[in-house]
Amino acid sequence: MTGNEVVAWGALAAGAEIMYGYPITPQNEIMHYWTRLGPRFGKKFLQTEDELSAGFTTIGGVLAGKRAFTATAGPGNVLMQEPLSMAEAMRIPVVVVVQQRGGPSTATVIYSQQEVTLTCFGGNGEGLRLVYSTAFHQELFDYTVKAFNAAWKYRFPTFVLADGYQAKMRESLVIYDPAERGIEMVPSEPLVGKPGMPGTDRPPAHLRNAFSVEEELLAALGKDIEEYEAAAPEIVEADAFNAGEAGLLVVAHGIVFRSVAMAVRELVNQGERVGYFRPITLRPFPGAQLREAAQGAEQLLVVESAYGQLNKLVLENLYGSGVPVRTLFRPGVGITPEEVAEKCRALLAGKEG
Amino acid sequence: MEILPKMPKSWNPATKPHKFCPGCGHGLVLKALGQAIDELGVQDRLVFGCDIGCSLLAWDFFNVDTVQTHHGRTTPVMVGIKRARPELLTVAYMGDGGGYAIGSQHLVNAATRNDLITCILVNNTTYAMTGGQMAPTTVPGQKTETTPYGRDVEETGSPMLGPEMVAAISHAGAYVARGSVGRFRQLKNCLRKAIENQMAGRGFSFVEVLSTCPTNWRTDAEQTWGFLEETMPKYFPPGELKVPGGKEE
Ligand SMILES: Cc1ncc(C[n+]2csc(CCOP(=O)(O)OP(=O)(O)O)c2C)c(N)n1
Ligand code: SF4
Repeated sequence: MTGNEVVAWGALAAGAEIMYGYPITPQNEIMHYWTRLGPRFGKKFLQTEDELSAGFTTIGGVLAGKRAFTATAGPGNVLMQEPLSMAEAMRIPVVVVVQQRGGPSTATVIYSQQEVTLTCFGGNGEGLRLVYSTAFHQELFDYTVKAFNAAWKYRFPTFVLADGYQAKMRESLVIYDPAERGIEMVPSEPLVGKPGMPGTDRPPAHLRNAFSVEEELLAALGKDIEEYEAAAPEIVEADAFNAGEAGLLVVAHGIVFRSVAMAVRELVNQGERVGYFRPITLRPFPGAQLREAAQGAEQLLVVESAYGQLNKLVLENLYGSGVPVRTLFRPGVGITPEEVAEKCRALLAGKEG
Repeated sequence: MEILPKMPKSWNPATKPHKFCPGCGHGLVLKALGQAIDELGVQDRLVFGCDIGCSLLAWDFFNVDTVQTHHGRTTPVMVGIKRARPELLTVAYMGDGGGYAIGSQHLVNAATRNDLITCILVNNTTYAMTGGQMAPTTVPGQKTETTPYGRDVEETGSPMLGPEMVAAISHAGAYVARGSVGRFRQLKNCLRKAIENQMAGRGFSFVEVLSTCPTNWRTDAEQTWGFLEETMPKYFPPGELKVPGGKEE
């Protein structure tokens, strides 16, 4: 099935109850499939007037205690940063699926990894978010399920970051009930509208993101940052292959990682000293894992369909390690295993850099 | 014998006296709303959402679950809650800037969808919190920080007629009214009916309230009251514009 269909099934498996959304290619079919699944499984949907509203209504759904989610891409992701800033500031566990598209986002709708910075750090705030970058359809399912769990466990806005290719291409999938795999879903709970008389039986919920004095804001933010940092080691995920042996370590995420994995495995079969490192969480970033993988590497190659958005995260996390970092940037364009292999061979032969 | 006015039961006494300026209309609107909540006995299932603007000062005003949201976005947050939990009552509380300028698309679409929420929009003809700039409701000739020579309708348009617009675009079951803090009893009735309309599941409910902002109007008590009672009704006639299945007042 297509990636968008996978997301709808993933949300269903995760027990999502309501989706709020606004049409934008390439995520439309998430809504299409969700609305088709709706009547069969008692699921709700609201098509809003724009992405500002989609984000804010999703916040409303979550406040009401439901597993609510939305999906968007490109210019919709830009507009959604306003509600997501609120979700970040108020620790509202919204789940957002982003099917990245090329930029500038009014025209190109096929392919991109250009929404990394926006998704990780967009809006007003410090980027206290969880971002899972998927590469395979099975991961779209697995991480959609995981996103709801992580959101409700840690109470930070949580993203599944994929792209137009993943959204539209077909791949086989194993659908499962999380419970059968021993995955215990973190329950959702209302933040407003709990039973009892507010002020008598329970304190009223007085939720706000505006503070009267700077110190109050600093204290609130400080607590959030501390909790984020404390949870980060538990949240981060990465995948590495042949890293210790590698003269050249290739770093990539998302669908580009698939090309990298193919190229690296082929080069290894040919006896080359190559390995890969793939961050699965982009926020928080698996920095310690990257540093470990990069230890002993003579050089790094960052491959992405953007102009250095992943590279920024890599450099920040490698600071001081002294490993030279080479790049293969193809903003908004697909990257084949052959291109990656060619670049690797050139670097290994000392021809580039 | 002196009888002190009673505080509505649904108010949060710990946060009183409230933070609005002396002579501000917000306190009266929230008093009318508090009484309506008490009379209807819905304090335990009502969620109050406030906007950015002076309305945000109401974030801890009631012993009612409250969410302070973003400028112009209170309506979609309340829509989101209502769609997820229809048994709750949601009240979106905003200024004329929040409702008619930045958030107008949300107002229009919530009205069009006949969302079962109650919107209360406080019309003080200005952007108060940011220091008294022109609002969509600033009346012709009115001086504000961004219309220092008075609003020129040739250049900036005419005051927005919110309830008239909502009445025109809303559907069967909607309740639309314009009240004023100068007519307290009528205002309370309008707010009560707007919540009752939501309780009955009939449709979208919208009440604009003419309100005072002596701070930004730079008016004394007499001028404040004069502007509210004489000038504002010329442009914004109070009354009910849409009453489902009932007689218009
Ligand atoms: C996106 C955005 N733009 C601008 C502002 C600044 N802002 C804060 S309050 C306000 C005006 C509020 O006016 P109104 O809604 O009429 O409410 P009042 O203060 O009069 O009660 C503005 C423009 C903001 N908070 N967010
Ligand atoms: S600035 Fe105006 S609207 Fe705001 S609290 Fe003061 S009087 Fe009220």
